[in-house]
Amino acid sequence: MANPYERLRSGMISSFVWKMAWRDSRSSRRRLLLFSISITLGIAALVGIESFRHSLSQAIDDQARSLIGADLVVESTRPFRPEDEALLHSLGEPQAREVRFSSMAVFPRSDSTRLVHVRALGGEFPFYGAMETVPAPAARDFRAGGRALVEESLLLQFHAQVGDPIKIGDLEFTIAGALTKMPGEASAAGSFAPRVYIPLQNLAETNLLKTGSIAHYRDYVKFAEGTDVGQRIEILAPQVQRLGLEYDTVAKRKRDLGSALENLYRFLNLVGFVSLLLGAVGVASAIQAHLQQKTRTGAILRCLGMSSHGTVLVYLLQTAAMGLVGATTGAVLGVAMQSVFPRILKTFLPLAIPTTIAWEPIIRGVSIGFAICILFALPPLLRFRRLSPLRVFRAEVDVETSATRRDPVLWLVYALIVAGVTGFAISQAETVTRGLIFAAALGVAVGIFAGVAKLLIAGVRKFFPHGWSFVLRQGLANLYRPNNRTLLLTLSLGLGTFLLLNLYLSREVLLAQFQSVGAKNQANIFLFDIQPDQKTGVTEIVRSAGMPVIQEAPIVTMRLLEIKGRKTVDILADPKRKIPEWELQREYRCTYREELSDTEKITEGRWIGRVDYHPGDTVPISLDGEIAKDFSAKIGDELIFDVQGVPIKTTIASLRTVDWKRFQTNFFVLFPAGVLESAPTFNVLVSRVQTPADSAKLQNAVVAKYPNVSAIDLTSVIQTVDSILDKVALVIRVMSLFTVGAGIIVLTSTIWSGRYQRLQESILLRTLGASRAQIWKILCAEYFLLGLFASATGIILAVVSSWALAKFVFKLSYAPSPWPVLVTAASVSLLTVVVGLIASRGVASRPPLEILRAEAE
Amino acid sequence: MTACPILNVQRLTKTYSTGAGELTVLKDISFVLPQSATCSILGPSGSGKTTLLGLCAGLDRPTSGSVLLNGIALGEAGEDERARIRNEHVGFVFQNFQLIPTLTALENVTVPMELRGDRTARALGLDLLRRVGLAERVDHYPAQLSGGEQQRVALARAFINRPKILFADEPTGNLDAETSGAVTEIMLELNRRAGTALVLVTHDPDVAGLTEKTIRLRNGESV
Repeated sequence: MANPYERLRSGMISSFVWKMAWRDSRSSRRRLLLFSISITLGIAALVGIESFRHSLSQAIDDQARSLIGADLVVESTRPFRPEDEALLHSLGEPQAREVRFSSMAVFPRSDSTRLVHVRALGGEFPFYGAMETVPAPAARDFRAGGRALVEESLLLQFHAQVGDPIKIGDLEFTIAGALTKMPGEASAAGSFAPRVYIPLQNLAETNLLKTGSIAHYRDYVKFAEGTDVGQRIEILAPQVQRLGLEYDTVAKRKRDLGSALENLYRFLNLVGFVSLLLGAVGVASAIQAHLQQKTRTGAILRCLGMSSHGTVLVYLLQTAAMGLVGATTGAVLGVAMQSVFPRILKTFLPLAIPTTIAWEPIIRGVSIGFAICILFALPPLLRFRRLSPLRVFRAEVDVETSATRRDPVLWLVYALIVAGVTGFAISQAETVTRGLIFAAALGVAVGIFAGVAKLLIAGVRKFFPHGWSFVLRQGLANLYRPNNRTLLLTLSLGLGTFLLLNLYLSREVLLAQFQSVGAKNQANIFLFDIQPDQKTGVTEIVRSAGMPVIQEAPIVTMRLLEIKGRKTVDILADPKRKIPEWELQREYRCTYREELSDTEKITEGRWIGRVDYHPGDTVPISLDGEIAKDFSAKIGDELIFDVQGVPIKTTIASLRTVDWKRFQTNFFVLFPAGVLESAPTFNVLVSRVQTPADSAKLQNAVVAKYPNVSAIDLTSVIQTVDSILDKVALVIRVMSLFTVGAGIIVLTSTIWSGRYQRLQESILLRTLGASRAQIWKILCAEYFLLGLFASATGIILAVVSSWALAKFVFKLSYAPSPWPVLVTAASVSLLTVVVGLIASRGVASRPPLEILRAEAE
Repeated sequence: MTACPILNVQRLTKTYSTGAGELTVLKDISFVLPQSATCSILGPSGSGKTTLLGLCAGLDRPTSGSVLLNGIALGEAGEDERARIRNEHVGFVFQNFQLIPTLTALENVTVPMELRGDRTARALGLDLLRRVGLAERVDHYPAQLSGGEQQRVALARAFINRPKILFADEPTGNLDAETSGAVTEIMLELNRRAGTALVLVTHDPDVAGLTEKTIRLRNGESV
């Protein structure tokens, strides 16, 4: 007969390992299936996100041109000059023009007003994609003149219908249809200022665009089919920039959109990965519990001649099967789920996303999930290989713990786990540093959870309430008995609690910021675009309505020409520049006054409130500190501004900090009095209204007499911010639910794996005289306290992290309400009790004799 | 030519390190067991019987001394080598039967042969179960068998590999008198027929009396 150990190397022996793995799983397949679901949600999240990303990339490629509706968009913040027109004319046909600005729209039927974004459109734009309206022909019909397209949400808000009038400036239009979609624009774009399209030929009759009015002028260009757009843009770009114009192309928009979405994917992937990790920790714990119940079987096999590797292989195969089932189920769920993301992100996405099945994300997700499952299961499996066959005689014969500690293979596996987690984090982060920071933060968070959990347990043991009833004491003591899973359950429940509560508290901090601004007699309404000859009249309307004039400011628009002797066009063309593009290209809205406002504080230099100016003089200005930092400018440096065609040389006399959070006029650049009084100006008036009714009354009165004056009401800003935060929070909440779901599954499987131990305890107690009701009470006490510990850990961390976010990131005050905390603690505890009792069904009712006869499993 | 003894134990000592210091559970045990012989290890609880059996079977390593099992020095063999030796030469019967709960009676019996990749395992297993009177129970799980039936399955498993030596640790400890007698009789019968040496750990002098040789232990020493 051939040496059996040579046969070991052949397939015949290894077939026994497969057979043994299958046979041994007979009584525990349901449990193993439950364990495998621990990783399902995490993989579903990863596959869902990657599949969605794939679909979105494809949609962007397929619908690229509809991202801007044209091949090229040229934009200016002033009307096109003759030299601009010459360049635009050279670009060929077809072209379309648009003028965009904010103004008040009046709905005469309901006598209401609203700030809207008016777009006066001429030509056949959009050239790619479609303007979607209800009814559909309205998109074409309104261009004939006298009619307007109104954002659908606006019609709903003011109960207006197609055919109703809408007044823009001095001209009344008939509503031709509801605007539902514009190519390249997400519907969230209309949240702050809903869109209203009017024909370009009617713009002049509205009498809205006056000197100094803020408007954007656009020219849309469609190149001939077959044109190399990239090459044409390369030639055009310098000319466009030299004229002080901005431009946008499909490629640029794709890049910007891709870059914005990339950050979203990375964030979602990291949240999904956290739930996968949680599931993997659950798997590791489940395997450990499973192996604890297999020590006798393992010892018997060792006695009968199976090698230690063979014994480990049996259970590795079971783990692998578990991982494959969990990963595959997760992948299927992820593919089904990818249709959820377009729905919840609908308002932020500028295109329609058709759902497709892509194999790469599926294979990647399954591979990652499977690898993570095996990696995390390896430590308990490796310890199992040191199982002594002497355990057939004595259960107390155990693995040599010192040998385990010295086991280099085990440490190698731990290193692989850390490397794997870090590697994934790096692959999802923008930079290696950020990936390392995330991995480290994850490690610290887990460490904190574990530390807090251990502290709580230590506290319970030290200050054990001996005076409590037996059932409560028993429930409490169960939290730290041998083989307890308190740490794992605290981590799994606590992490989900932390994510959701942190999200809620942070959102409350952001909203409170706006709500507090409107309190305590602070300003809560802006009136702007007030012409100089309207100032007195508007002020009179405000005062006669019983409202205070908190602030009035003249606004002069200007552009930056030079910084410290260097032209801004040259700085823009410099690839190594550090100054953001918007600070160089924007139209600065500056004011002049003698005094500083209460939102400003000089940090360097000296404030000069008035000068005796003569043309050609250098004007001492005050600059916002953050802008100065971006410009690398200091006291004494010179800036040249183009004030509507007149260059004015300035020198930085002082730097200021500005409290931008305050709801009143704040400025990057402040001129002293005595310089700009004769420049073209419009005015802003800031007031305070007591009620929404007062606000509506004031706005109606102002717009009725001065249609060009616009109003921003803090209440509507809060509502809009709330609604946007709600939508953002929904995305994060959905992803956090994966973590919560994984936590619940880990909770269930962990409680289930301890079921036999609980059963034995219950039987012993019942043998000694405990009633079934007492057994249930002990279980309830144990799970309630477990849920309370877990939620306490998550709540502590959520409060600390939301405080840190408020203080260091948002720079806002922090005063959370106690109610969310109490509700969270109660909900998590209740959830733990419910899940725990369901998983412990039958523990109190199995007859003791039956168990004494049954083989331990 | 005299065949080498199946078991040659010389100055066998086993000491454990505990928190309270060193604990010697076996001290200087020596004996030789010829091929096909029967021997019992007798002693009160805590005398070191199970420890001695475990060392002789290669389940553990001695602190000092030597064990030669069918001429093979167990002390020099690694863990997996000792597993191989057990699979080839040794059969076990335990007090608590130690059947694998997730395998049927037949599957439990065939494990030693399947470990060696022997394809005749099933046929031989069925024959052995028939011989121990369990032909109708081949597909039953241990939980569905009585104590005596489980022990008979364990016996069948112990003999399937035609071991040179059978180690039995209090095989009748959990059985009633009638079943004990039957199990003991099966072991001795198989010894007579197959020539398998038998080492039997017991605290029962009557059972010990059925073997050719008795090693008495008290406090880890041979008396």
